[in-house]
Amino acid sequence: MNTIIKVEGISKSYLISHQKQERYVALRDVIADNAKSFGRRIAHFLDRNGRAKNSQATQEEFWALKDISLEIKEGERVGIIGRNGAGKTTLLKILGRITEPTHGKITIDGRVASLLEVGTGFHPELTGRENIFLNGAILGMSRSEIKRKFDEIVDFAEVERFLDTPVKRYSSGMYVRLAFAVAAHLEPEILLIDEVLAVGDMQFQKKCLGKMEDVSNKEGRTVLFVSHNMGMISSLCEKCFLLDMGQVEKEGKTSDVVMHYYTSGVQSPGQVDFSVNGRPIGDEYAILLAAEIRNEKREISNEININESLSVLMKFQVKKTNKFMPNVHFFTGEGLYAFDSICPDAKVLKPGEYISTCQVPANFLNDGTYFIGLALASAGEGIILHFFEKSALSINVKDPIEGTPGRNGYGGPIPGVVRPLLKWNINNTDKKN
Amino acid sequence: MNHTSKFRTIIEPGRIERNYWQDIWRYRELFAFLAWRDILVRYKQTVIGVAWSVIRPLFTMIVFTIVFGKIAKLPSAGVPYPILVFAALLPWQFFSNSLSEASNSLINNANLLTKVYFPRLVMPASSVIVSFIDFLISFVILALLMIWYQFVPSWRIIMLPLFFFLAVAAAMGTGLWLASFNVKYRDFRFVVPFIVQIGLYISPVGFSSNVVPEQWRLFYSLNPMVGVIDGFRWAILGGESTLYWPGFVVSNVVVIILCLSGIWYFRKMERTFADVI
Repeated sequence: MNTIIKVEGISKSYLISHQKQERYVALRDVIADNAKSFGRRIAHFLDRNGRAKNSQATQEEFWALKDISLEIKEGERVGIIGRNGAGKTTLLKILGRITEPTHGKITIDGRVASLLEVGTGFHPELTGRENIFLNGAILGMSRSEIKRKFDEIVDFAEVERFLDTPVKRYSSGMYVRLAFAVAAHLEPEILLIDEVLAVGDMQFQKKCLGKMEDVSNKEGRTVLFVSHNMGMISSLCEKCFLLDMGQVEKEGKTSDVVMHYYTSGVQSPGQVDFSVNGRPIGDEYAILLAAEIRNEKREISNEININESLSVLMKFQVKKTNKFMPNVHFFTGEGLYAFDSICPDAKVLKPGEYISTCQVPANFLNDGTYFIGLALASAGEGIILHFFEKSALSINVKDPIEGTPGRNGYGGPIPGVVRPLLKWNINNTDKKN
Repeated sequence: MNHTSKFRTIIEPGRIERNYWQDIWRYRELFAFLAWRDILVRYKQTVIGVAWSVIRPLFTMIVFTIVFGKIAKLPSAGVPYPILVFAALLPWQFFSNSLSEASNSLINNANLLTKVYFPRLVMPASSVIVSFIDFLISFVILALLMIWYQFVPSWRIIMLPLFFFLAVAAAMGTGLWLASFNVKYRDFRFVVPFIVQIGLYISPVGFSSNVVPEQWRLFYSLNPMVGVIDGFRWAILGGESTLYWPGFVVSNVVVIILCLSGIWYFRKMERTFADVI
C-alpha cells in the first residue's frame, strides 16, 4: 500500500495573550500598546541602569503540536485520540490546510475533505434543497457530483417532505441528519472527521458509520477520525494514534492504544487545572479555571465505589455580571450520553471567582468509566453557552460486588448506564380469606 | 501507477503555492455557490426585496439632482442633470456596495474559514457578484431615464464594460486590503462606512469633475474612482463630455497598484486568517 499522508516534524505554536481578554486585536489597542511601549522605551532610555522591566508579559508561546511525525497508508481508517488540548483538532486543521504549521512538512497524495463540524455553511434561511448544494460545494463536491447524488442524499437523510422548507424550521434531528447525509456522500481520497458524529441519534449514527465503512472498504478511501468515543473508534478504526501535550504518545493497533489511554495517566484525571497552559476556555463573560471530583469524604479522587456519592466541583471566573447556570454532562466510556444536569436556579453572579458543586447521589451510576463534561450557560438575554469542555474529567465507578445493595448475592454484570436504587413494593394480591 | 499523484499537496510554513491560481479555478463552483447564496438570502429576508435596489439609487439621484443641479446650479455639459448624476451613481454604488460586502465577507463567514479549506480569495470575490446584480438593476433604471429624456447614447457606450472592469478592480483592490485589516483589527469595520461616506463626496458623483480647478485635476485623479466615474460618463453621455486623459491615466495606475498590492497583502495574511479570526 502506498503512503498517502506523510507528516514530518510538524509543530504549531499559538501566541496567547494573558493580559488582554479580547480574542481579537483591535486597532485602538495596537495604537495604545505602541504608545505605551514607546513611553516605556523613553523611560528606559532616561533610566539608564534600569533593566528591561517586563512587568506586563502580554504574550506567551503555546505549542499545540510539538514535532509530530506520522505516516498513513492508502485506504486506512485511522483514529486519533487524546484528552482535551492534546492537539487532535489542530493536527486535523493543519492536514486540512485550514491553518498553517509553524515548522515541518506534510506531503498528501490526494484530495482532502475536512468535516470538522456538522453542516458547515448551512444557512438557516435557505431550504433543504439549497443547503444540500451549498454544503456540498463547501465540502468540495462539484455541482454535477451533487446533482448525481442528490436523490441518494435526500433518501439517506429521510427529509423528502421538507426539501423546500427553510432549514430554520427543521427539528434539530432533521438538521443533523441532512448535514450528515451530505457529508456521508463525499468522495475525496482522504476524509478528516472531527468528533462530528457525537451528535444525532444513535440509530442514525450507526447508519452513517456503516456508510463510511462501506465506502472506505469498497473504494479504498482513507479516513482520519478524531473522537472521544472509544467505542466508535474501536469499531471503525484498525489503527490509532494517541496524542498527549502535542506529541504522539503511542501508535499502533486501536485496541492496544485505547487500552494504553485508559490505563496510563493520559486519561482525564480526577482533578484538572485549566489555567496553567493552553488558551483560556470561555468567553468575555466567564472562563473555566479548574475542576475536580471529590468523594464522600471530600477527598479528590477519580475512583469511587458504587454506593458512594460524588461531587463535581467546577471553579470559574465571572468577568461580566449575568445570570449563570453551571451544568455537568456525563458520558459513558463508550461515548453514550448518560445524562446532564443543570443547576436548577440560575443565579446572578457579579465578577469574581466561584465554585459550583454538583452532587451525584450514591447508588445512581452503574459501574464503569464515565467522562464528565463541564459547561456554563447564562440566561440573561437569551441563552448563551460560555464554554463546554467535553471529557474534562473522568471517574471510575467500582462495584465491589460483595455487599453492593441490590445484588442479593448475584455476582454477574448488571447492564445499563445507571443503576439507581429504586423503591419497590411487592404486594400479595391473593384474596383475603 | 499512482492515480492520485496529480493532487499531491505539500504543506510547509510560508510555502508559496505555485498552484494557487489553479486552485482558485478549481474552486470556481464554490465561488458561484457563495454568490448564489448571498443573492438568495439577500432577497429572501427583505420585505421589499428587489425594490430596495431600485429605491436607493433613484432617491440618491433625485437628492443630488436637486442639491447640485437645481440649488448649486453646477454645469452639466448639456446633458440632463439626472442622467449626469446617474451615470456616476452606477459605478459609485457598485464600488461602495462591493467594498462593504468584500471587507466584511471574511468576518461574516468566520465559521467557514475555521472549518474548511478553500483559497480565501474566493470569499471577497464572490461578494462582489452580489453588488453586480444591483448594478444591473440600476442599469435598467438608467435606460428608462434615457428613454424618458429621449437621450440617445453614442457609439462610446460599447466601451462601458471596459470601465466596469476598472470599477471591479478598484473595488477588489480596496476590498482586499480592508478585508485583511478587518480580520486583524476588528474595529476596522467602523472605518469602512466612513470611507464610503467620505468617498461619495470626494468623488465626482453629484457633479462633473470638470468643476475641479485645472491645477488640481491631476491631484484629484489620485482618487481611483475619479477615473472610473469619468470613464462611465464619457461612455454613457457621449458627445459633449470629454475625458481628461492625464488624470484618467493616473487613476488607472492607482487602481492597478491598489489591486496588485491588495492581492499581495491578502495572500500574505490569508495563511493566518483561521488562527486570528
